[in-house]
Amino acid sequence: MSSILVPDIPAPGFSFDLCQRNSLLEKKGYPAPKAQKTGTTIVAIVYKDGVILGADTRATEGNIVADKLCSKIHYLADNMYCCGAGTAADTEATTNMISSQLELHRLNTNRVVPVVTAAKMLSQMLFRYQGHIGAALIVGGVDNAGPHVYCIYPHGSCDSLQYTTMGSGSLAAMSVFESQWRPNMSEEEGKELVADAIRAGVFNDLGSGSSVDLCVIRKGSVDYLRPYEMSCKKGEKQGTYRYKRGTTAVLQKSVRPIIIEDEMIQRVDHESMDTSS
Amino acid sequence: MALVDREPSRYLPDYDVQAPKQLHFSPYADNGGSVVAIAGDDFSIIAADTRLSAGFSIYTRKQEKLFTLSSNTVLGCSGCWCDTLTLTRVMAARMQMYEHEHHKTMATPAAAQMLSTMLYYKRFFPYYVSNILAGLDSEGKGVIYRYDPVGHCEKNYYVAGGSSGALLQPLLDNQVGYLNQENVEKVPITKEKALAIIKDVFTSAAERDIYTGDGIFIKIITKDGIATDFFELRRD
Repeated sequence: MSSILVPDIPAPGFSFDLCQRNSLLEKKGYPAPKAQKTGTTIVAIVYKDGVILGADTRATEGNIVADKLCSKIHYLADNMYCCGAGTAADTEATTNMISSQLELHRLNTNRVVPVVTAAKMLSQMLFRYQGHIGAALIVGGVDNAGPHVYCIYPHGSCDSLQYTTMGSGSLAAMSVFESQWRPNMSEEEGKELVADAIRAGVFNDLGSGSSVDLCVIRKGSVDYLRPYEMSCKKGEKQGTYRYKRGTTAVLQKSVRPIIIEDEMIQRVDHESMDTSS
Repeated sequence: MALVDREPSRYLPDYDVQAPKQLHFSPYADNGGSVVAIAGDDFSIIAADTRLSAGFSIYTRKQEKLFTLSSNTVLGCSGCWCDTLTLTRVMAARMQMYEHEHHKTMATPAAAQMLSTMLYYKRFFPYYVSNILAGLDSEGKGVIYRYDPVGHCEKNYYVAGGSSGALLQPLLDNQVGYLNQENVEKVPITKEKALAIIKDVFTSAAERDIYTGDGIFIKIITKDGIATDFFELRRD
């Protein structure tokens, strides 16, 4: 029984209702639309006082740039953030879901949630769906045990690392880390190194581009820098492209006058909020 | 009776089956790139971006994709780069053969027809190239010819082709062809305006097409010869 007051609780998990219909449509020659991928460069490092996450801001659909300024560093909890590469909808939905579970966990346990908890939740969720959720993630955060960076693949494998990269620009970015990362870097050095790694992806990988986002997480504070830097200047136009009035063809024209049937003025007194009960 | 029944679907024969085998060979690559050309009354401008790429990686940022065939004909190619190299070499050789045989340079319309024939000759294993030929005709008027990979040839006066062809053609239709505009004076395009439009459409293409960027080479063909220009685009 369901009503407006007591709605039916939908079954948990994904709905597979349309699978049969969609496979029939595909056989008839209507292929399913493609999901938006974020061909991406995302990176994270551990530095002296915490972790720094970095990401580019390009989202692509095939060979077209779908979003020039998308956000790829997602909020998980006050002490941890998560970079996402792969299918845009999957990274967004997965981090949202885990974020709410982490908040419930924090309220239950009444303490700072360890970063490993988030990493485990994500990897278990991704493993359950056997790679069909196309999310490649980097979790970074600071808990009572110190700073942590975890790298999670779409099939659910999980690594704990000091520095890592993901996405289509991961090789370009990793080459920067492998040559320049050191333990115990200062915050300024760390930010510049992460920005350099993202820039390597932005310029050498076609799936990454536009600008650099950073997120610095220390014990007790977070700096979310968006954008940290616009890596590429937009080209300047040579001509002007303004149209004269009347350039657009008018296909149809109809005028409907507003008929005033009645005029009424009503004064509404300000009512104070009812706090009696 | 066997102790363990072999499931029939799991049973694989350990000998070669006498059946046709299909092997896959993919001889084509898409190396991206865009070409735009605009022709006017006494000039013809053709431009191509300089990025050569495959998949998500860049091979080079400074690859010229315009091939000067004669003093008043330029060919712009995009698509499979190895096919471009072969096609343009054969094209150049045949231009030279014509010159030796007839003691004159091949005119642009003749080169256009020859390119169409050369492409159709490879009808069932085509050159995977989108070609745009720009030049001056025998009266000195600017002409542009566009091709599909198997030799269909169409004469035009403004064309966009390659990876951002579909993005740029409507813009040219509107700005050069004055399409979808009411009460507008359809003045023939000047060289300066054509140059500005070409730079602007590439700037726009570099914003949204990942295979177009880095820069453009521009060739301006007039009766005095061919002038070359370069214009920077974004590099991400």
